[in-house]
Amino acid sequence: MKNSKQTPYAVEMLQVVKRFSQVLAVDHADLQVKQGEVHAVIGENGAGKSTLMRLLYGFYTADSGTIRINGETVKMTDPGVAIAHGIGMVHQEFMLVPRLNALDNIILGQEPRKGLRVDRQKAREEITRLAGELGFQVDLQAEVRDLPVGVQQKIELLKVLYRGASILILDEPTAVLTPQEVDELFQMLRNLQKQGKTIILITHKLDEVMAIADRVTVMRRGKTVKTVPKDSTTSGELASLMVGRNVILDIKPPPVKPGERVLTVRNLSLQEPGSARVLVDGVSFEVREGEILGIAGVSGNGQSELAELLTGLTRPTSGEILIRGQEVTFGSVRRKRESGIAHIPEDRRNTGLVMALSVEDNLTIGHQDKPELSGKVLLKREAIGERSDRLIKMFDIRPPRRDVAAWHLSGGNQQKVIVARELDHDPQVLVANQPTRGLDVAAMEYVYHHLLEARNQGKAIVLISMELDEILTLSDRILVMYNGRIVGEFARKNADIEQIGLLMLQGREAG
Amino acid sequence: MSLGNVFNLTLLHQTIVQATPLLLTALGGVFSERSGTANIALEGIIMMGAFFGYAGTYYTGNPWFGIICAMAAGVVVSLIHAVVTATYKVDHIVSGIALNILCQGLTGYLLVVLFQSQGSAREFVAQLPTISIPFLKAIPVVGPVLDAVFSQGPLVYLAFILVIVSRFILDKTVFGLRFTSVGEAPQVADSLGVQVAPIQYAGVLISGLLAGAAGAQLTIGTMPRFVYLMSGGRGYIALAAVILGKWQPTGVMWSSLLFGFFFSLADNLQGTGFAIPNEIFLMLPFILTIIVVSGVIGHSEGPAHAGKPYVKEL
Repeated sequence: MKNSKQTPYAVEMLQVVKRFSQVLAVDHADLQVKQGEVHAVIGENGAGKSTLMRLLYGFYTADSGTIRINGETVKMTDPGVAIAHGIGMVHQEFMLVPRLNALDNIILGQEPRKGLRVDRQKAREEITRLAGELGFQVDLQAEVRDLPVGVQQKIELLKVLYRGASILILDEPTAVLTPQEVDELFQMLRNLQKQGKTIILITHKLDEVMAIADRVTVMRRGKTVKTVPKDSTTSGELASLMVGRNVILDIKPPPVKPGERVLTVRNLSLQEPGSARVLVDGVSFEVREGEILGIAGVSGNGQSELAELLTGLTRPTSGEILIRGQEVTFGSVRRKRESGIAHIPEDRRNTGLVMALSVEDNLTIGHQDKPELSGKVLLKREAIGERSDRLIKMFDIRPPRRDVAAWHLSGGNQQKVIVARELDHDPQVLVANQPTRGLDVAAMEYVYHHLLEARNQGKAIVLISMELDEILTLSDRILVMYNGRIVGEFARKNADIEQIGLLMLQGREAG
Repeated sequence: MSLGNVFNLTLLHQTIVQATPLLLTALGGVFSERSGTANIALEGIIMMGAFFGYAGTYYTGNPWFGIICAMAAGVVVSLIHAVVTATYKVDHIVSGIALNILCQGLTGYLLVVLFQSQGSAREFVAQLPTISIPFLKAIPVVGPVLDAVFSQGPLVYLAFILVIVSRFILDKTVFGLRFTSVGEAPQVADSLGVQVAPIQYAGVLISGLLAGAAGAQLTIGTMPRFVYLMSGGRGYIALAAVILGKWQPTGVMWSSLLFGFFFSLADNLQGTGFAIPNEIFLMLPFILTIIVVSGVIGHSEGPAHAGKPYVKEL
């Protein structure tokens, strides 16, 4: 704390806590940022980086803890307070009004006035000067929705600088940029640093940290784990700190000899409609009977899209999907289900269940055309009821009642409903996307148990998870996905956490 | 009969008379929608404005006081809409429908209680004066013609002056810029320290004020008594005028005049035995609105966030 006596920290967050209903998003986090430095805050998705920054920017108010700006304790109640203290934030999703022009977007909330009017002439001169200092030009009359993302980001930066910010927060600024644009951005950030600005950079890309940061704070599960100067650390150390290793459950799957090839994926690609971005890039793999294939990766690297392609929710741009040699690439969801693909979707509440419907109805959806459950016109309610009771008992769904609406169930029991429904298809392939997200340990163990049992029965399972622990615990083989591509493959016995971590975070092993 | 009997100065005069309540309401609609709130309660607010414009004048004998009563009634109803939508984030259409039913019931009830009548108030009240523009009459030849067209009540002049005022507010002032940003992207405005809810309140209250005035125009501006349900769908028609006018004050003026013209035309053709049934003319503006909304000609795109409650994301 000697430092704070002489030059105070630009930003000091001490023991900050933020809870969203049941989730502790930020858990007694500490962050100290020196004036004039580029400070990277890194961590996996959901580690609490963005929430921590939104607390600093006053978008949320902390439940407890202290925030000091240049040594002064500030109560961050709304962004206006943060702006007044010289803090500016470039959000991950741009905060621009698409149908206003660049000029109006930049001055909004801080408009220069001449009488009743907005003094747009004065604003234009001021902004042109600011842009000139950073070495670029922007067409201020253009509607923002017509501008490419790289330019939109410049507008965001100008917006922050126009407000006279001396502390800049950038939330994953490179996520939407091309490599050239990233270089340009970093050049701008260096210029800003020379002007004496303090920059907080949120990212999960280690390359970027190594390229530009002076110091690094690592977050994991809402906590700030460690702050280190960049020069005294390595990518490898940072990767280990980020992904960590928390053995929650000691599960050792019995060895199973994989059988025949069930699912084959060849060169599967998906291009974002109307853009050049490739979300899934030439992915090939196969899964055999009695095998769990884990797909590791930081969220947003194409895993969700891959799951959608496999289950028929999205159609690929190119490539093939085969079930036991039968092509189903462009099959509808229904066709894919009929050919034996079941799906535990990542979003339990929106994709997995109809929250307002009863447990019974949720267990029945997708099975409603089976002759034992439905006649030509009417559902066979009695048979459906018996089946529901059987599944509720078998999967220990609590409360053991088929007439309660899904939203009355706990997260774990909701997940049991989905698992029961999907496994009752007797699928050949089960695509499980984040099957334990937000579950407590008991429910997690339960899901693991069912996944392993399905595997032992000879089903082929594709397990997608952001939790590396989960992947390492359950998978027989592990693929790592980065930027839509498969960048590494490991057999269970060769899986090395540091190697996998580096692949997840920077797409290659060498630091 | 000759069409000359129909296309005359009276038609022009009537067009403006018919257009005025639509224009006042539609301008209100522009403010409400541009700041992100769909306000179909405008229909009910016109009813309230008409009733309280009448009642205020009846009890005081002063139609100017009637205007104030009408506007106050409009503000009160719209305040409910604002509280329910901006503070409690209820679906805008649900709130609007509820308020329309409330206004319908309330005016019917008050009509019985205060004026002992079921369908229309029997007694006539004082009317707002007609204002002539003095120098028009002096112009040779066209003078008397213009004078006949432009001798209108104060609310008519107000409506057209407000077109210019609204345009200035929305395009040139700080308030207007913040207004538009809240209607387009409230989360952006919020992130820049612009208080979203007060802007939404302002938009809805302005729409209530103006629709209340539109109601007064129906009773003390056009005919001196109150008839139950006399708003006759003008609130909804005004919203169509907002769409056709592309959410711009000037556009809304032209669309209101267009609607007013066809309605007057239909009125004048009634019972003349003209070959085309007058209902066709009543229908035309709506067909035009549908064509514009569907983007076939002159694509019209509303504020991106209008009609959706703004709930801060977690």
